[in-house]
Amino acid sequence: MANVLVFTETNDGKVKPVTLEILGKLTGNTADVAVIGDLAADQVQILAQHGAANVHKLKGAGLEKYSPEGYSNALSNFIKSKSYDYVFAGATSTGKDLIPRLAAVFGAGCASDCTNFVFEGGAFAGTRPLFAGKCLAKVELTGPKPHFVTVRPNALGMPASPTAGAGAAADVAADAGQIRAAIKEIIKAASTKVDLTEANIIVSGGRAMKNAENFKILNDLADVIGATVGASRAAVDSGFAPHAMQVGQTGKTVSPSLYIACGISGAIQHLAGMRTSKVIVAINTDPDAPIFTKADYGIVGDLFQVVPVMTEEFKKLLGK
Amino acid sequence: MNIFVCVKQVPDTETKVTPNADGSFIETSSIKWIMNPYDEFAVEQALLIKQANPAANVTVVRVGSVKDTEALRTAMAMGADDGILVEAGDNLDSFSIAKALKGAIEKSGKTADLVFAGKQAIDDDCLQVPQILAQMLNLPSVAVVVGFELNGTAVKAKREVEGGALEVYEVATPCVIACNKGLNTPRYASLPGIMKAKKKPLAQHSLADVGVSDADRRVKYSGFRLPPEKPAGKKYDATDAGKQRDVVAQVVGLLRTEAKII
Repeated sequence: MANVLVFTETNDGKVKPVTLEILGKLTGNTADVAVIGDLAADQVQILAQHGAANVHKLKGAGLEKYSPEGYSNALSNFIKSKSYDYVFAGATSTGKDLIPRLAAVFGAGCASDCTNFVFEGGAFAGTRPLFAGKCLAKVELTGPKPHFVTVRPNALGMPASPTAGAGAAADVAADAGQIRAAIKEIIKAASTKVDLTEANIIVSGGRAMKNAENFKILNDLADVIGATVGASRAAVDSGFAPHAMQVGQTGKTVSPSLYIACGISGAIQHLAGMRTSKVIVAINTDPDAPIFTKADYGIVGDLFQVVPVMTEEFKKLLGK
Repeated sequence: MNIFVCVKQVPDTETKVTPNADGSFIETSSIKWIMNPYDEFAVEQALLIKQANPAANVTVVRVGSVKDTEALRTAMAMGADDGILVEAGDNLDSFSIAKALKGAIEKSGKTADLVFAGKQAIDDDCLQVPQILAQMLNLPSVAVVVGFELNGTAVKAKREVEGGALEVYEVATPCVIACNKGLNTPRYASLPGIMKAKKKPLAQHSLADVGVSDADRRVKYSGFRLPPEKPAGKKYDATDAGKQRDVVAQVVGLLRTEAKII
């Protein structure tokens, strides 16, 4: 049985779902949660329901917003005061930036972006994709403890019947220490949709979209089904969409429940980035497009005709 | 001003990856190696600074095998002044690589004002080395950078986070910057550049020379395997405009009744 700390982030005051996925998988171990800043009682309760023994709220000067050094200093001091075997976090923007630095404070190893894990005789054994998911490998950690792990959102799935923990919440006095790289401003994204890496449904467009304006038909579909819009490298390199929307080996690796590929041929580097999607729908005029080898439901046809019809059919189905 | 750019050599994005016989890594014999695509943005950013500050020296550093030195050669052909190669296997973990990079930078005798790297290598996809290196060098870092300005020692760096939002950081040099696509447009190496690169100094060290041993490994990989193939799906013909609605309605219906996801 391992003694584990799970670092959680919040979004609009709510615990990120990946935290609950991790807690669900840690049943049988002792799992505490650490958060920077405050956390409302209902959120502490949710963490408790998913198995959190203690919820440590780290509060102090300089921690009002994220900084790699401030968060790392506060968390490393807290971790040093305890005896955790493992520290887990979501492989989010913050997790991927913070956890390697934090691990380095301890001279410890970090397994990035794991999609599954077990404890073999108390030792972590993870599975992670490499080469953007073209292959998988077993990952183990060695060297000084605690060992650090980041887990890909949506990969483990929500626990069906989690084992509850005590969920004892307490404030911890923390200090950000010296912050040399600090956020001066946050420029909000044009879209308010959830990020591709956390999206439950993605509608993606490829080179066949022809221009940026045509992405409107994908946005219309996405609005009806609550999806985030993505793009292939071909579409991004052609200037139809920003890089933040790119799915694939030099973009984002995604695993939504539903991925709808519109006018995407399915280059190997694109397939690598979306192949773990639970259900894949592909729309393409070319019946021999490689994307159809990965699609659960392939529709051979012109996306400019098929997508608007699909939007209408989803509206009917969802009673919108 | 001393600028270091960390580059890695990785299999081309079109590579079909195959695990090797004992599953300890991938089959590397027939791979086409390229400079990690994100590192190209790092090299370009360093060269843009050198253009504005001709006295600046750009050193590219790579930890990896010697059998093909594509990444270093490309960077020097683009305009980097010199290179350092630390000879190692192609499947070192992030901690060892970061420690080797630190050792190589220190061994050069130069003090780094700026260290650039790609935000991640597209082989092991760890996104760790720049942050570990920053911690080891006791430097601040900004990762996933899509905008960069340098005024004297003041750096303004835009970091891309979830959903395409940007965190604008202010930091002074020295610092570590991990670059993302969108930061700039990497130049191509010119023919004269390629010829010149052959005469540029390239220092070579062993891992031991830069203070790295097997004891520095923190992450162990095994059991490399291909992901499970999905069974073939169903294909529906919607090329006939008259049947289009029926076909699409059928698929939409199946997403609820069969796939149960909507």
